[in-house]
Amino acid sequence: MSILVNKQTRLLVQGITGHEGSFHTGKMIAAGTEVVAGVTPGRGGEWVLEGKVPVFDSIKQAVDVAEVNTCVIFVPSSVAADAIAEAADAGIELIVCITEGIPVKDMIQTCAGLKKTRCRLIGPNCPGIISPGESLVGIIPAGIAIPGKIGIISRSGTLTYEILNSLKLEGLGVSTCVGIGGDSIKGADFVEILELFEDDPHTESVILVGEIGGADEENAAEMIMSKFSKPVYGFIAGLSAPAGKRMGHAGAIIEGGTGGAEEKVEALMQAGVKIAKNPGDIINLLIKKK
Amino acid sequence: MRLHEYQSKSIFSHYGIPIPKGRIANTAGEAKQIAEELGGRVVIKAQVLIGGRGKAGGIRLAKSVEEAEELATHILSMDLKGLPVRRVLVDEIVSFNREIYLGITNDRMERKPVIIASGAGGVDIEEVAVENPEKIIKIHLDAPFGLHDFQTRNLAIGIDLPRELWKSFNQIAKGLWKAFKENDAAIAEINPLVITNQGMLMALDGKMVVDENALFRHPELVEIRDLDAEEPAEVEARKYGLSFIKLEGNIGCMVNGAGLAMATLDIIKENGGSPSNFLDIGGGASSEKVTTAIRIICADPAVKVILINIFGGITRCDEVARGILSAINELQKEIPLVIRLAGTNAEKGLELLSESRIETASNLVEAARKAVELAGGESR
Repeated sequence: MSILVNKQTRLLVQGITGHEGSFHTGKMIAAGTEVVAGVTPGRGGEWVLEGKVPVFDSIKQAVDVAEVNTCVIFVPSSVAADAIAEAADAGIELIVCITEGIPVKDMIQTCAGLKKTRCRLIGPNCPGIISPGESLVGIIPAGIAIPGKIGIISRSGTLTYEILNSLKLEGLGVSTCVGIGGDSIKGADFVEILELFEDDPHTESVILVGEIGGADEENAAEMIMSKFSKPVYGFIAGLSAPAGKRMGHAGAIIEGGTGGAEEKVEALMQAGVKIAKNPGDIINLLIKKK
Repeated sequence: MRLHEYQSKSIFSHYGIPIPKGRIANTAGEAKQIAEELGGRVVIKAQVLIGGRGKAGGIRLAKSVEEAEELATHILSMDLKGLPVRRVLVDEIVSFNREIYLGITNDRMERKPVIIASGAGGVDIEEVAVENPEKIIKIHLDAPFGLHDFQTRNLAIGIDLPRELWKSFNQIAKGLWKAFKENDAAIAEINPLVITNQGMLMALDGKMVVDENALFRHPELVEIRDLDAEEPAEVEARKYGLSFIKLEGNIGCMVNGAGLAMATLDIIKENGGSPSNFLDIGGGASSEKVTTAIRIICADPAVKVILINIFGGITRCDEVARGILSAINELQKEIPLVIRLAGTNAEKGLELLSESRIETASNLVEAARKAVELAGGESR
């Protein structure tokens, strides 16, 4: 069992005819995902992926004929905010944005708009979501994960693959792995996904992968301390990173006292999270527990 | 992208914010001429892309035209924190009786822009933020609605601004907000905003940082970007869409993804090595991009070994392998490579590499240890 994506997921791919969009749609179908439609403005009426998936000019046209509950976005960064808005306008419950490099102003406006809807945004600049054996929405290589009882939430893409792979080598499986993305302004944060894992009876423990910057990990620590009942294991990237290039006083005033790897590790340990020294070390913590 | 003070102030001025009279000078002779026009009493300010210029001696007051020329000569020969000073701003001296801080940035946790004001402006504003947070007023702005009059009034009241200045403060704050919004800024900051002896508000210093991701819609800003003031390897890397940061060690690193790149640096350090750079080739890198990345790493003479760690998702390992092979053909010097490929098309990539004599590793820790050994460090 899983959160967010599963056998009931019916996926629409925005940017399906692009280089990345078509390559990864093929991978998602191979992983068992039900891909019901694609959208590329100007390419409506075509059938792609060996004639398996119909392409529409707009999401509105697609949802008129196909039942869709999730969409994934592969369009270029200059038009990605518009793609998110189009999905939200069509009332799609779960929007996963893979695109990286979206301007911050676009994301601030988009997040403000999404607040008025019931849509949930994952990303942008994220690898997506996989519930192994059920559904893959995004670009996570499906072969490196097996079904199981560990939930994963991560701000990093490739670092997550590293961890999924080492879990698989030990025969440990995953309920759902959610890449929430590394951008400063994004959709779901750690806390939002932790709440879903808390309510999922099949997830027994959670691995949280964080990195320097922002206060997502600190907020997660607070939530774990007060209302998260399952064991949590963590890794924070960037312990050896030199203090970042100064972003002016305004950044320091707003983020003062948060954002460093050591502060994050400290906050999570106080909340009872077991912290690994490197990504491979998480396995040792999990096995020790057994 | 960070703008110089003179560029930021010129943008602010365009949005109706009062700034001192002054101009930019490339030589001491030009500085002298500007000082003459301004009546002799001027401030000479080094234009470099770092903070703390004043404390480092890059900002000096001149009482005469001759002194202005002398100080400009001196400052134009300086290195500030390793950056050569190529230009100075020559501004009229403005006497003032109070320094205010006014800045706008994005608050990532609130997902909103935030305007910040303090009556205790000046060089120590960050200490004020830590020690006397009550002296800092912050108001979050809603993206569709922007900055209201009542909000600038609340800021003015919060910093004890005399009532007769509320109107001009409102205009300045709104100008700054417009400059922030229309230029896709990450930061727009006036520090100090002073109350002059004539009782006017004026921006004596200005700083703007623009969102790199939004530069595609600001060709006018790309045009004024001062590439000479940035690290050359970082400029070269950016041209190819690579994220590169120079560090002090001797192990070159090429990784896909910022998180994995940071974790790779962490592991190298943990094993007693020292990375020469942070380099994230991003998602879906082409073989040309990989070749360029290796070329940029090798341009640093300190590099003794290159560690390549790729876990392919959107990135395809065979594409990476092709880039590595063409880099090897092109490289003049013999630098050992340690390569770890996993994920999308890893088998194909490893097959391509098997024909050359490259050290491969099956996991990250093993790769890091091999690289540290080849760099001549003690592997722990």
